[in-house]
Amino acid sequence: MGIRQIEIQLIASIVAVAASLPGNFLILRKMSMMSDAISHSILPGIVIGFFIAGSISSPILAIGAALTGVLTVWLVEVLNKSKLINEDASIGIVFPALFSIGVILITKFAGNVHLDTDAVLLGELAFAPFDRIIINGIDIGPKSLIMMSVILLVNLIFIFIFYKELKISTFDPSLAESMGFKPEVMHYALMTVVSITAVGSFEAVGSILLVALMIAIPATSYLLTDELSKMILLSSLIGIITAISGYWSAHLLDVSISGSMASMAGIIFFIVLFLSPKHGILTMLKRRKNLKLEFAKMALTIHLQNHEEEEESSINHLYDHFSWNEKFADKVIKNSIKDSLIKIENNMIFLTEKGITFADKSLKALRIENFK
Amino acid sequence: MDILKMFFSDYTIRTVSLGAGLLSLISGVLGSFAVLRKQSLIGDAISHASLPGIALVFLIFRTKDSIFLALGAIAISWIAALLINAIVDNTKIKYDSALGIILSVFFGFGMVLLTLVQKLPDANQAGLDKYLFGQAASLLAKDIINMSILGSISLIILLIFWKEFKLLSFDSEYAKSLGYNIKFLDTLLTTLIIVAIVVGLQTVGVVLMSAMLIAPAAASRQWTEKISIMVILAGILGFISGVSGAILSSTVSKLPTGPTIILIMTFITIFSFLFGSKRGLVWKWLRFKVKKTNYRKEFLIDSMYEIIKDHDNKSHEHSIDILKPILQNNNELKVYLKELQNQNIINIKNYNWSFTQKGIQAMKRKEVKE
Repeated sequence: MGIRQIEIQLIASIVAVAASLPGNFLILRKMSMMSDAISHSILPGIVIGFFIAGSISSPILAIGAALTGVLTVWLVEVLNKSKLINEDASIGIVFPALFSIGVILITKFAGNVHLDTDAVLLGELAFAPFDRIIINGIDIGPKSLIMMSVILLVNLIFIFIFYKELKISTFDPSLAESMGFKPEVMHYALMTVVSITAVGSFEAVGSILLVALMIAIPATSYLLTDELSKMILLSSLIGIITAISGYWSAHLLDVSISGSMASMAGIIFFIVLFLSPKHGILTMLKRRKNLKLEFAKMALTIHLQNHEEEEESSINHLYDHFSWNEKFADKVIKNSIKDSLIKIENNMIFLTEKGITFADKSLKALRIENFK
Repeated sequence: MDILKMFFSDYTIRTVSLGAGLLSLISGVLGSFAVLRKQSLIGDAISHASLPGIALVFLIFRTKDSIFLALGAIAISWIAALLINAIVDNTKIKYDSALGIILSVFFGFGMVLLTLVQKLPDANQAGLDKYLFGQAASLLAKDIINMSILGSISLIILLIFWKEFKLLSFDSEYAKSLGYNIKFLDTLLTTLIIVAIVVGLQTVGVVLMSAMLIAPAAASRQWTEKISIMVILAGILGFISGVSGAILSSTVSKLPTGPTIILIMTFITIFSFLFGSKRGLVWKWLRFKVKKTNYRKEFLIDSMYEIIKDHDNKSHEHSIDILKPILQNNNELKVYLKELQNQNIINIKNYNWSFTQKGIQAMKRKEVKE
């Protein structure tokens, strides 16, 4: 493994972790699509920054981009407050408008320079190690590695310092208000962090992969835990796994690195979606099936308790009474016998002691349900 | 005039601008339903998610025929829409996150496929990367006809199921209780919106698609409360933006078509937000202003009457100075006093004011009323 390869994986991992940190809060605040909006709408900020600075590597670009990011958030807020359209509609109108301005500025005034829209959208991680920072003849490292490390540090510090404020303003804005810190301020602070992260990563991974890192990775971690601190830690870990597996699959297939990272983020998401022990689809299906069986058992015992007449207790009668098919009825009966709720004598079903208490309990539980 | 002349004489400009207008019309009409159903950002998600469909068609069939690419895009978009619903229905992940996940993951996968396409010996990937930013400027008559056929089929279906879609968009529970097959209608409407997205992609590309779908609807919503008028108007506004954007970009040098169309749409939308009948912000602001002025005028005259009410001589003169603290704005005070004087309610003499007989009568009547 060459040094360039290690550098690429390092950059990819750092971008993934830096992006997923604020992403955790975006998905909890139901603002995922703001990451998509901001990552596109910063384009005019970058272009104007470029015109002012005259160079692509100036920090003015980052400042311009961060300002446009905040402008986006503000415009969306203004439209929302006017109540003329829905929130998602305002996002969908604001960012294409800003992006259009960016594209027009580039094609009209900056056609010949190294600033094309493809690069902003798609990024090119493979070239990242070639753009290096050299001070006094000493090679410090790839530019995006250093820039993203700084941004990662900023994001870490931001979340570390304002963890409590972020948490409360995310889950209970009115409580946050009453405790004296404005959720509005937290909102803009978070959006600024998102904008800065978007600027830093657009060159390396492009704005669309950024959405994969910022949303798909935290969403995966959200499926695995309900606790915010664990979710953040886990998302960083998943971010690193995504970056490294994405890099190697791109290497093996000889395809776009950022595309392959986004695909890996998706594959990991869907694997977790199926297998997650807590919120996975498999677990849920199993739970649903168990619930059906459990309910059938309740129905059976209650029925037996209410009807002690012989004809009601024959096995054949069950098929008609509950309109269960034979297979399911057998399963219910077998399962009830296993739990020693019922016993069978002469093709007749009787409740056991345990069955009677179970029926009473179920009845109570169901009645309470009825009152709800 | 020159532009008009060019429009009628230049075949390319005419094709491109009419094509862009037509495709924008279709997006505008069908986009109205995305807005009404509060699914505005579905356009953004689906347009990104359709990329692998286009790449797959090219990889498997080696064709760049727009109708095949569009069908591939529609098929993949459909899977994307299904997955978005499946994620929202079966997990605690919310709709917006599901959109973000599908959007970015599908697009990333599409990029992987595109890099594979580029490695094919006969790959000339032009046409595929136009997909990102649209290709309005190089629209061919054949593509426009293909897309128009697709779009017209959707519009006809929309007309046939008009009543049902209207109900579905406003009150799906009610529609269900009337015995409509909600699942079928929902799927059909989603399919139509997907077709609109894929058609619109041809003109403005992936990133700008969300505005193409919702800006005309958001604008037309400000002018009417009626859904049928809103949908028709959205189509017209889309058409106007498409045509004028295409003409503008072909007459001004180095002006990309897609972004120009979107900016024109944005201007129309902003104009509608400001001046839309009834809901327009400017009217709202003006109404507020008038209300405020009336209230303050009333407050002034009431306070003035309060001062002289208990005098024996109700026409007693007072200095204007004592009115100054009431409104705390001398210019405003001057204007109102002038108005009252013109209405012959008060007299002003040597910086002193007094009620006229008419004024006193009027205030007495008002007092009784209250």
